[in-house]
Parts: sequence; structure tokens; C-alpha cells
Amino acid sequence: MRATRPVASLALACLLLALFVGAWQLSSSTGLGTAAVADPEYAALVGAAAATGGQTPFPSPIEVAARIWEHITDPFYVRGTNDQGIGIQLAYSLARVLAGFTLAALLAIPLGFLIGMSPLLYGALNPFIQVLRPISPLAWMPLALYTIRDSSVSSIFVIFICSVWPMLLNTAFGVATVRKEWLNVARTLECSALRTAFRVILPAAAPTIMTGMRISIGIAWLVIVAAEMLVGGTGIGYFVWNQWNNLSLADIVTAILLIGVIGMVLDQILAMATRAVAYQE
Amino acid sequence: MGVFDDPFDPTARPWSCPCGRHASAAEHDAALACEPVTDDVDALTARTVETAVARAVFGTETRRRAFLGLVGEATAAAALAAAFPLAAAREAFAQAPRRIEKRDLKVGFIPITCATPIIMAHPMGFYAKHGLNVEVIRTAGWAVIRDRAINREYDAAHMLSPMPLAIALGVGSAPIPWTMPAVENINGQAITLANKHRERRDPKDWRGFRFAVPFDFSIHNYLLRYYVAEAGLDPDRDIQIRAVPPPEMVANLRADNIDGFLGPDPFNQRAVFDGVGFIHMLTRELWDGHPCCAFAVSREFIAQNPGTYHALLRAIVEATAYSSNPANRREVAAAIAPQNYLNQPLTVVEQVLTGTFADGLGRVQRVPNRIDFDPFPWHSMAIWILTQMKRWGQIRGDIDYAQVAEQVFLATDTAEAMRELGLSPPAETRRTHVIMGRTFDPADPEGYLASFAIRRV
Repeated sequence: MRATRPVASLALACLLLALFVGAWQLSSSTGLGTAAVADPEYAALVGAAAATGGQTPFPSPIEVAARIWEHITDPFYVRGTNDQGIGIQLAYSLARVLAGFTLAALLAIPLGFLIGMSPLLYGALNPFIQVLRPISPLAWMPLALYTIRDSSVSSIFVIFICSVWPMLLNTAFGVATVRKEWLNVARTLECSALRTAFRVILPAAAPTIMTGMRISIGIAWLVIVAAEMLVGGTGIGYFVWNQWNNLSLADIVTAILLIGVIGMVLDQILAMATRAVAYQE
Repeated sequence: MGVFDDPFDPTARPWSCPCGRHASAAEHDAALACEPVTDDVDALTARTVETAVARAVFGTETRRRAFLGLVGEATAAAALAAAFPLAAAREAFAQAPRRIEKRDLKVGFIPITCATPIIMAHPMGFYAKHGLNVEVIRTAGWAVIRDRAINREYDAAHMLSPMPLAIALGVGSAPIPWTMPAVENINGQAITLANKHRERRDPKDWRGFRFAVPFDFSIHNYLLRYYVAEAGLDPDRDIQIRAVPPPEMVANLRADNIDGFLGPDPFNQRAVFDGVGFIHMLTRELWDGHPCCAFAVSREFIAQNPGTYHALLRAIVEATAYSSNPANRREVAAAIAPQNYLNQPLTVVEQVLTGTFADGLGRVQRVPNRIDFDPFPWHSMAIWILTQMKRWGQIRGDIDYAQVAEQVFLATDTAEAMRELGLSPPAETRRTHVIMGRTFDPADPEGYLASFAIRRV
């Protein structure tokens, strides 16, 4: 029973995909209007659909697949400042996400530790955290551009500010909810505060901290696309914006798929790390 | 001759001193070498100026020597300097062969045909011709380009012609001395409406329409407001105007988010190409020769890099003149359509630049000056823009129209560059303009402003 289930679900997944692509192919093949334009000169100047009175249709799966193939077979070309391969754009975005995320981790984990261990500090900082946390990271963008005066540092800042909160709160929560018995045991054994922190609290809170990091990286990857669409220059978000400006939906679908795949990989890496620090009580 | 040189080559360097007075060939060469020539252009120019002045004063070589022997070198120089402004002359001449302080420049642009000269100067080599290594960077929107220019991420930028005025006045941002040494394009915009409005061509019927313009401080905004106000609609109450970055206009029109836009090309033509909208009217029908986009730099950049500015302005003016020639338009379209620049189908860009275009209503129109390129920044254009900024409440209180215009629109620099490149700039910097049949006199901006029935002042 157990052995057949993965095969069955895989088959079902394939079936769903085939149905989806088939429906897409059917719906996108009609875009032509009914009125025939007599003037061939006019028809030559507009798109195929507009020449017959219709609108340019959504690209078919075959067109999109061809485009995806073009992108993934030549991902690292550079043909000038504004025309670089999708692999390079993804690398820019990943670098920004990792930079912002690392900075956020460096601040959030130690600070979360302090907040979790000291109810006084928790009470003092909590109002600020609660006000700042729900702010959309993109709302910071104009402020960041104005004060930091550098667009790529601004987008790193936006990643930082959006990934700091889940890590901070999860760390604080994980540290605060370490079982009292364990702390008492440490105290009975006359462990120093530092030793208690590293040998008891950190391993106990590690799964919660890792969960916070996993949430953060997911948010960071969501936000980078929007931030780059706003600021432009380089990155996968800029790629999407740029292809939107050309109304090239096949390229946008390619980018969407790649964003999804990379997001999944990032998430899986942190999921693996979470499993590594998990423990059975 | 070295051990690796060909010993049978009659022209090879000799292996010992050829005159016999030096220990080796190397020592011989060193002894006979000329003094190193200074390549400090400034020092050489200064010397040339001094020599010319001294020759004029003393007349003959004998008299010069006699005078110098009598009073000494330093006294002679001081005496000359007292009678003749040597330092000023040196400086005046030092400017002639300019030194380029900064060769690697970043110039931001928005991917629209208005920026044609700024963009095509890159693939067609106008920047390189003037000794500059310019990187042209596509940017996502007007606010971003403004902030990046203010943050000095860009050395110069493509802006809408009202933007340098707004930045200099501190409207919408902190006031920073900004300048506009050249207009890029004149005309070249259009009002595009969604296909469903084919039967509603009279602006009097547009009550409740939602329009997009590229930016609050844009000629597009002022022209659209002017146009609907002439038809009796109040642009703030009877229609809705939103600022939408040009690339997003067609997508919004398709999504039925807006009823139309007054925007830059190639997006009007792109709407036709994709069967989303039709071109209701070209802006040249509202004001033939209106300025649109501009080449803008900060005053600080000009002060710090006068030589670079000089070269950059010439590259831009030359590129503008080249783009203006109808014979070059197809070539220019092919240069700027690829993904590195506009990222648009070639036929769309070509239709815009050649003026032979499909209007979305089934006709092919031929309007050769649909878009044109003319660098001269008329002060009267700046004054008109200021009247409209005041008319719609973007600036309040009294302003010195003429002074602001002169400080931001650097017509003198443009005229100088045009003359050097063999073009003929106009002698005046002000003239009357006719906008929708109404004459604008730059000498009386307040009177013009008061003549409008719909205004916010």
C-alpha cells in the first residue's frame, strides 16, 4: 500500500499538468478577430491579430516552451548593460537575497536571544516590533532610496527589513519557551550563563529558529522580485518588468517558472537544515 | 643588438655604441635622448600664451633680450602682468583644448523613442567619437531616474523637460540646482484610446474617463489637461489622471484599467500593434514643436567636470541632429529597437520614427514629423511649462519665470555646441508659441495664466 502511493500521486500530478497544458493550448489558439482588413499595407504594420481586428492572444504552451528552451540553453550571455542572460539575472537576485538575509540573521538571532531571555527587554522592544513588522517591505523603498542613495544597497536593505522579523520573533519565542526543567538542571549543575546559552538554550531553540529562517527566506525571495521591478537595473524582477514592457508574456512565464523553482530549492535547503537540528523529546 | 635579434638584419640595432664615445648602445641612446616632452596640455597652453604676449610687446628678439637683461626675469614677468591680464589670457586659452575629467559615464534612460539621441549615440558611436565611454542604463520609471540622478548613480539622465525645472524649484523633491542643456525630441507623443471608444472622439464626451500620463511633471500631463480644459472639462474633477510608467500603459489599457493615455511612443504604436487601442490624436496637432524629453545634468556635475560636460553635450547635440534627418530614421530605428535598448519589435519603432504608421482605425497615416529632434531649449518653453505648473497648483506663490528658465534651460551652451558642430542655432531664446490656436507670449506669463477659465490659482 505504502509503495504504490507515491507512484499514484505522481501519475495524478502528471495528469493534472497535462490537463492544464491542454486547456491552455486550446484557449490560447483563438485570438484572431473576424473582420478582415483589406489594406495589406496596414496589415503589414500591425500584429497578426490586430490586422484582423482582434488582440494579440496569450502565447500558447508551445511558444512558451520554445522560449524556456532558449533561455535555459543560453543563460549567461551578456550583450550590453541592458541585455543579459536569465542566469545572470537570477544570480544578481540570489546575491541580493543572500546578502540581505545574512545581515538580517546576524542581527535577528543574537537580538532574538536577548529578547527571549530577558522579559524586560521583550516588554520594551515589543511595541516597536509590533508596529514595524506589518509594514510592507516595499513601503520602505522610497525611504531607503532617499537616505541610502544607492539603489542596489536599497534593495538589499528591503530584503533585510522583511526577513528580520520572522527570525527575530521565532528566535525570541524559541528561547523563551525552553523548558524550565532544563534550565533548572543547568542551574543545579552550576553552568555559567554563557554555557547555559550555548549548550542548553541554543540546541533547544534551534528548530524554532530554523523555522523562522525558513519563513524569512521565503519572504525575501518573494520581495526581491517586487523590489527589482521597482528599482530596475539587474535581477530577475527587473527581467520580468523589462519583458512586461515588451508585452512578451512567454518570457514572463519563463521567469515565473524559474522564480518558483529557485524559491523551492531555497526552501528545501532550509528544510533540510531544520531537520538536521530537530530532536525528539 | 640583443642576443635574440636577427644578426643578418641590416636595420637591427647596433650592439655597441655607434659613435664610439659611449660604453654601450644603451648609454649612447640615453645620452642623445631628447628631454621628455611634457604632455601637460595646460602648462603648454600657458607657455604658448606667454610667448605670444611677449612677442607682441617686445617686437624683436634683440629688444626682448635687452629688456630681460636689464630688469631680470621675474620683474619683467611682473611688469608685463601689470599691463596685460596674463593670467586671464592663460585661462581663456586653457579652455580651448579641453581635458576630459571623467571618461567613464553612466547615463540613465527610459525605454521610449523620445530618448532616441541619448540611446542611439551609444550603438552608433557618438559618445566614443567625443572621447567618452558611456554606459546607457535602462531605468524603470521617472521617479527612479530622478532619484538615481540625484544620488549621483547617474552622471546624466534622460528626463521629461519639466523635471529639471521641478527639481531646481524643489517641487516633489528637495531643491537641487539642476540644468537642462538640451531638448531631445519635439512632438512624438499621442493620445491613445481603448478600442471601445472609437465612437467617442470628442473630448466633451470624456467625462469620467481614466487617463494615464507618464509623470506628474511631464509635458504629457500639461497637454492632456490643456486639451480637456479647452473642451470644458476640469481635469481634476471630470476625468481621472494617473501617473503610470510608460511601459505599463499598454498593459493597463488592455486590462481596461484606463480608458486612454497621453503617452510617449513606442507605446502608442504598440497599443495599435497589439490591437488594444487606436491613436486618437498626435500631440503635434495640439502644439506643433512642443518639447518633450530632455537631457539633464546637475549643476554640480558641470562645475566639477566642465570638459566632460562639454564633450557630452556635443555628443548629444550631434546625435540629435543625426536623428532629426529623415534619411537616417530607419537606421536609427534598427539601432535602438533591440533588447539592449528599447526592447520592442522593429516595425513599431520604425513606424514611430518614419511617421508612416497604422493608426488603429484601419488607415495608414503619413506624418513625417510625427516625432522630430531639436536640441535647442527655448526659454519660452520653460516659461510655458512654469505657467502650467502654476495653473494646476504644482507651484504656489510668485516665481521669477525668466530667471528660472535661464538658470535651468542652458540655451547659451546648446547654441555654442550647435555652432561648433556646424548647425545654426536661433538668435533668440524666446518666441511666441501657438497651442491649440491660442498664442502664448513669454513676456506676459501671468496674463496668459489669468486668461484660462479652468485653473487652480
